[in-house]
Amino acid sequence: MDIMDKPLTKNILPDRAFATLADYESTGGYQGLRQAITQLQPKEVRQWVKDAGLRGRGGAGFNTGLKWGLVPEKKTNDTKHYLVVNADEMEPGTFKDRFLLERDPHQLIEGIIIAAYAIQANTAYIFLRGEYHLAAQRLTHALQEARTKNYLGEHVLNTGFSLEIHLHTSAGRYICGEESALLNALEGKRATPRAKPPFAVVSGLWGWPTVVNNVETLCNVPHILQYGVEWYQSLGRGLDKGTKLFGVSGRVKCPGLWELPMGTPIREIIEEHAGGMQDGYKLRGFLPGGASTDFMLPEQLDVLMDYDTVAKAGSRMGTGTIIVLDDKTCPVQMVLNLEEFFAQESCGWCTPCRDGLPWTVTLLKDIIAGHGRMEDLDTLAGLTRMLGPGNTFCALAPGAMEPLQSALKYFRADFERYIVGHNVVMEPA
Amino acid sequence: MDELIEKSGFEGLSPTEIQEITAEMGHYEDKTAASIEALKIVQKHRRWVSDPCLVAVSELLGISTAQLEGVATFYNLIYRQPVGKTVIHYCNSVTCWMMGAERVREQLCRHLNVKLGEMSADGEYTVLPIVCLGACDHAPVALVGDQLKLDLTDNAVNEILKR
Amino acid sequence: MASIEIDGNTYNVTDGNNVLSACLSLGLDLPYFCWHPAMGSAGACRQCAIIQYKDAEDTRGRLVMACMTPVSENMRISLAAEQAHQFRSDNIELLMTNHPHDCPVCEEGGECHLQDMTVMTGHIVRRFRGKKRTHQNQNLGSFINHEMNRCIACYRCVRFYDEYAGGKDLQVFGAHNNVYFGRFEDGALESEFSGNLVEVCPTGVFTDKTFSTHYARKWDLQTAPSICVHCSLGCNIAPGERYGELRRVANRYNGEVNGYFLCDRGRFGYGFVNSLKRIRVPRLNFQAMASAAAAKMQFHDLLKSAKGVIGIGSPRASLEANFALRSLVGEENYFLGLENTEHTLLSAIIKIMRDGGIHSPSLREVEQADAILILGEDVTHSAPRLALSLRQAVRNASFELAETMHIPKWQDAAIRQLPGHVRSPLFIASICATRLDDTAAETYRGSPEDIARLGFAIAHCLDGSAPVPESLSETEQALVTTIANGLKQANRPLIVSGTTCASLVVIQAAYNVAKALPSKGSHLTFTVPECNSLGVAIMGGKPLQKAFERVSNGSADSAIILENDLYRRASNRDVDLFLQTASQVVVIDSLENKTTEKAALLLSAATFAESEGTLVNNEGRAQRYFPVYPATEPVLGSWQWLASVMENGQSLHHDAITAACAESILGLSAILQAAPRADYTVEGSKIPRQPHRYSGRTAMHADIKVSEAAQPTDMETPFTFSMEGDTAQVQPSLLPVIWMPGWNSNQAINKFQEEIGGHLRGGDCGKRLFEASGTLPWFNNIPAAFKPDPKFWRIITLPYIFGTEELSLQSTPVAERLPHFSVRLNPLDAEKLQVVSGDPIEIADPAGTAILEVTVQIEKTMPQGLLGVTAGRPEFQPMQSCSQVKLKKLIRESPP
Ligand SMILES: Cc1cc2nc3c(=O)[nH]c(=O)nc-3n(C[C@H](O)[C@H](O)[C@H](O)COP(=O)(O)O)c2cc1C
Ligand code: SF4
Ligand code: FES
Repeated sequence: MDIMDKPLTKNILPDRAFATLADYESTGGYQGLRQAITQLQPKEVRQWVKDAGLRGRGGAGFNTGLKWGLVPEKKTNDTKHYLVVNADEMEPGTFKDRFLLERDPHQLIEGIIIAAYAIQANTAYIFLRGEYHLAAQRLTHALQEARTKNYLGEHVLNTGFSLEIHLHTSAGRYICGEESALLNALEGKRATPRAKPPFAVVSGLWGWPTVVNNVETLCNVPHILQYGVEWYQSLGRGLDKGTKLFGVSGRVKCPGLWELPMGTPIREIIEEHAGGMQDGYKLRGFLPGGASTDFMLPEQLDVLMDYDTVAKAGSRMGTGTIIVLDDKTCPVQMVLNLEEFFAQESCGWCTPCRDGLPWTVTLLKDIIAGHGRMEDLDTLAGLTRMLGPGNTFCALAPGAMEPLQSALKYFRADFERYIVGHNVVMEPA
Repeated sequence: MDELIEKSGFEGLSPTEIQEITAEMGHYEDKTAASIEALKIVQKHRRWVSDPCLVAVSELLGISTAQLEGVATFYNLIYRQPVGKTVIHYCNSVTCWMMGAERVREQLCRHLNVKLGEMSADGEYTVLPIVCLGACDHAPVALVGDQLKLDLTDNAVNEILKR
Repeated sequence: MASIEIDGNTYNVTDGNNVLSACLSLGLDLPYFCWHPAMGSAGACRQCAIIQYKDAEDTRGRLVMACMTPVSENMRISLAAEQAHQFRSDNIELLMTNHPHDCPVCEEGGECHLQDMTVMTGHIVRRFRGKKRTHQNQNLGSFINHEMNRCIACYRCVRFYDEYAGGKDLQVFGAHNNVYFGRFEDGALESEFSGNLVEVCPTGVFTDKTFSTHYARKWDLQTAPSICVHCSLGCNIAPGERYGELRRVANRYNGEVNGYFLCDRGRFGYGFVNSLKRIRVPRLNFQAMASAAAAKMQFHDLLKSAKGVIGIGSPRASLEANFALRSLVGEENYFLGLENTEHTLLSAIIKIMRDGGIHSPSLREVEQADAILILGEDVTHSAPRLALSLRQAVRNASFELAETMHIPKWQDAAIRQLPGHVRSPLFIASICATRLDDTAAETYRGSPEDIARLGFAIAHCLDGSAPVPESLSETEQALVTTIANGLKQANRPLIVSGTTCASLVVIQAAYNVAKALPSKGSHLTFTVPECNSLGVAIMGGKPLQKAFERVSNGSADSAIILENDLYRRASNRDVDLFLQTASQVVVIDSLENKTTEKAALLLSAATFAESEGTLVNNEGRAQRYFPVYPATEPVLGSWQWLASVMENGQSLHHDAITAACAESILGLSAILQAAPRADYTVEGSKIPRQPHRYSGRTAMHADIKVSEAAQPTDMETPFTFSMEGDTAQVQPSLLPVIWMPGWNSNQAINKFQEEIGGHLRGGDCGKRLFEASGTLPWFNNIPAAFKPDPKFWRIITLPYIFGTEELSLQSTPVAERLPHFSVRLNPLDAEKLQVVSGDPIEIADPAGTAILEVTVQIEKTMPQGLLGVTAGRPEFQPMQSCSQVKLKKLIRESPP
């Protein structure tokens, strides 16, 4: 395939540890920045990105240009704006941002500079997961390179625009990925989410207007600026535009990550790119976009991977990294593993999440241990409603309920078998 | 710098630590923001954050000890108890769990003769679970110190502990 | 106003509010935990769920949190919808998964917001079968118990302690369902407002440790509306009694004064009432007397045989007691029990308050200020509750900014998060560091003269016609300009000063600044030493020294001393001389002290808890306290002892004294409106002090007597020592116990307010005695700058919340918080004397005679040449007569 079809990964080659600045520049790197900063007004950059139809790759899928446009105009010189990169990737089953960070750090940096220019931020922070040591190393190095080339620092490319980027490495908590909790974490506080409104674009980091964007989102930006809106729009196969990193993990032949057009059918991703199920395993279901998405079933393989189509099929595209459930893994135990994760990662701020998730875990453990009762399934179903969207302070708990509610729907028999005592014991490998 | 050492009121923080923390403070509008990095800096030098260190850091940052403790106890990667020279974080999230994380844990604990969170007798290792390390296509995985170890097979112990 | 529809009914509610507050204001029941009327919304507990409909057609609606939803015109909501009701009940079920069902042994039981809300939501069946998480508790000092297992993680404690009250040592630790609210390590909570945790916590995590030692259920406490006697602010309190013992003090809401909060001195200082130092029987020449009747007789005879009787009043006794004394001895023989300086200061303050033309604000009004200058006070220690209000006032600028960003005031975290930490400026000029410095825009430290000079200079900077001090330093001048600008730009600037500096010029400078302010909304408030300092100052009278003269010059031979330990006010020598010279000394007081030791006739007086009276707070508000339980003979109210020896006095009622006082003293006529007369009834009966559930009355004295003793009757107030009587129609400011069906905790106050957080229906307690009018000329008595004397140190008394006030010091838990006995010294002075913190020094009078030995504490912010001592500590009494002292390093031989 033409590298124009794989803008995000064109510099990521199997035999290359990572793209150096020279590698990056050799394929047109930093041209998008030059275009934006020397030819366009910030407003125009926002318009381009909005028109391109880039939607946030952090999971929620909000139009990126639109989000940038919500930042109020700077009225005085003592007003500050901030850009924050959400590189806290911690959703189980998600491994796309680490790939981009480690293998092509300059792509992200260029995206940051353009985005910062678009929202008139003079300081940006990369909020990086603490466990991503290699990414930290490569980013630090790349930032230094960018500084020496005047892509970064005072008077970027001799324009009036200045930008400093700081790398912040986190100390680990899934909730730090939630954008308002992330801001609290960045301020050195406990990472509990903030009430919305006000949204970060109005009052974010230290109260200033702040845009939080996902790593992959920002990686798209340089290419939109370099090749234009029309080109970008031509990349999608479904309703959404551009390409996306899609991944598959679990018992498939070749688990991995591929840059594919938005709207690629799930079947193609699992069967062609991931090589289908390993021998001796059948596909029972899958989580299409990370741990906090609803299970889908093999009958839904032909659904196209774009935000609205997957939503219509009863789940969410989320991070676009698929977790496969095979027929030898017990869905109840898999859900227990997920809920243990969410219960542990709850920030402890709001009641339903803080106390509802541990109860969910207790019930699932009871069921698996053979102490379950039929009415426990109603209790679980009740909890999925109780912890649903809008009921909790942030979206962690509703996310946690998605795999559970769909498992109760699709794999109810597996739950019941434990309860009536006829369970065929299935243990993970 | 001398003045800062005096200000921290705790001779226990080394000049290097103070320097590194002070540098971090410069990255933010507000000193509090360096809390997490400060704790990590202390940890880089001493593996864990003892009570006196916590007090010293809070003084350096000009925040209350209680506030810093609130932060320190919130995050997964801040250790408020001693850990081994190398911390082995094995991933126990969904894909790794499916692909054999339990086996990895069991082998490590048996080999090092520790429970989760304990330090091995020689002070070399501590084994802890961690959430998804973002390498699910190579499950099961573990983070050994700052090295990511992929595709841990039945021979996890060898792969992890070999130098 | 906005019109909204709730479950089919239309209501008009205040705009800009959140729906929870609006519903509660309407008297509807909606459960909540994390929201607090004074602290705004957090959205954490998810208990206040309701259904909000998009429009008239929408039938499904969506679940929202009422506390996080702004009221909007024509909004349609439902509290009753099944989905919302179910959610609220389920939410309680979740809270209960870990909550220990230990209500029978929990001290919150019976006034527990969690119990109330649980019942309200209808959650009754437990489905959770797992284990509960458990925690270890901490020792948080002598005031507060800690029982973390009961925690429902509403985050109110840290939001109050840390954010609202500025405390530093209480935090939340951990994450997920393992969150822990406590200190970094065991130890006393440092905030002066820690006691409010008892009421802020909706369950039994933080409870009153002083109450634990003699615990009774809320419904078994007998209570009367009362006023705190431990400083001049007059916070409203609800003291509770059982078995003739005062058991605790809880907050009593007053929308103008203390609102929802008290300070720890006020809450935990009550122990003196039960103290072993109480004078329980009258004594004649140190011999206990058989009865009150015998003592009255003796008193009578003594007065009859006297050649000249003078009366010494007291700023900690009620107006009525003081007035009774004045009536008994005659105006010309009555002396305010104040030494000269204090007398001068209080007289000046009264003059300014009455004739200076500047409004003296209530605490509610203080909280509205948008720029503040404190001149010479450390309010946290001199008038603690005021500090809490000032802390809130500093937030006003952020509320204004938030409004421009369309962030409502109740979005608490969002407002605390606004850029640049915008604050309304607070400027503090004080002797040395104060507890409010962390919120101050600028601080200045200096001697009283220097503070006054700063004030004069600010006034001059604001208004060129005000007199100007000479030779201010450049930094001082710059500070003056900054402060003047900050005050000038404000719409509601506030000047705070008081008697702490013991300096008339400081008070005058404060007036000049207030007068110079351009804003019509300027306020000026003074803190004064005691609970009725302002009352006696209004009453007027001569200072203590004049009383001494009357005895020394032989024009009087007998003295009646009313609730006043003269040794706290004058030098040992002067008081000794006075008491020895007087041939007959009658002392009326409730606690043993050095003066009572010298009394020939000592009359056992009731405390505030067992008698009634009117106090005037620093704002000029007259408030009445009522006996919580009857004084048992031979203890009588001071006014009753005095009345007993007046003509017709035996039949004199308290109301008559109040009336006579109001009639004969200019400025006190409004005290009649501070509370109703004793014949006031509601629906034909008096107001019961005992709640309807008060248990065991018939059996309480069964160990003594089988038949039920008659309840004592209260002839003096509208209250009865009984549970009989209707409370439903009683006006809220007179309610002894705040209670509503379904609302057993103090949060029932919601039901009695005009609007949540606003005034009580029917008016808040108390009556302001006057409004400022007129204007006074500029004060121009500008002092010279203070110059440290190389040989002498000037003594500066500094107030301290625990220890300075006489009565609370007799409460054991407060005494435990007394700081180490020491003096504070500037580091350079210490260097000169070659001492370090902890070293002993010798204090000598100017002539060089050693007075006392004490340890030194180096205080960076103490100006050179000043020696700081904690006010009111008996240990310092020997140096009372010196204003200057010599210091010498003491070489102690180190022990072998
Ligand atoms: C519990 C939770 C965890 C999240 N974790 C991440 C994350 O790790 N990385 C990320 O980019 N977004 C994460 N998000 C989404 C962010 O809140 C936010 O929507 C995103 O960073 C916005 O960037 P985008 O518009 O570029 O997608 C998370 C959201 C929630 C509720
Ligand atoms: S849903 Fe509530 S407790 Fe859970 S992470 Fe979000 S805010 Fe925290
Ligand atoms: S009171 Fe509304 S969420 Fe707590």
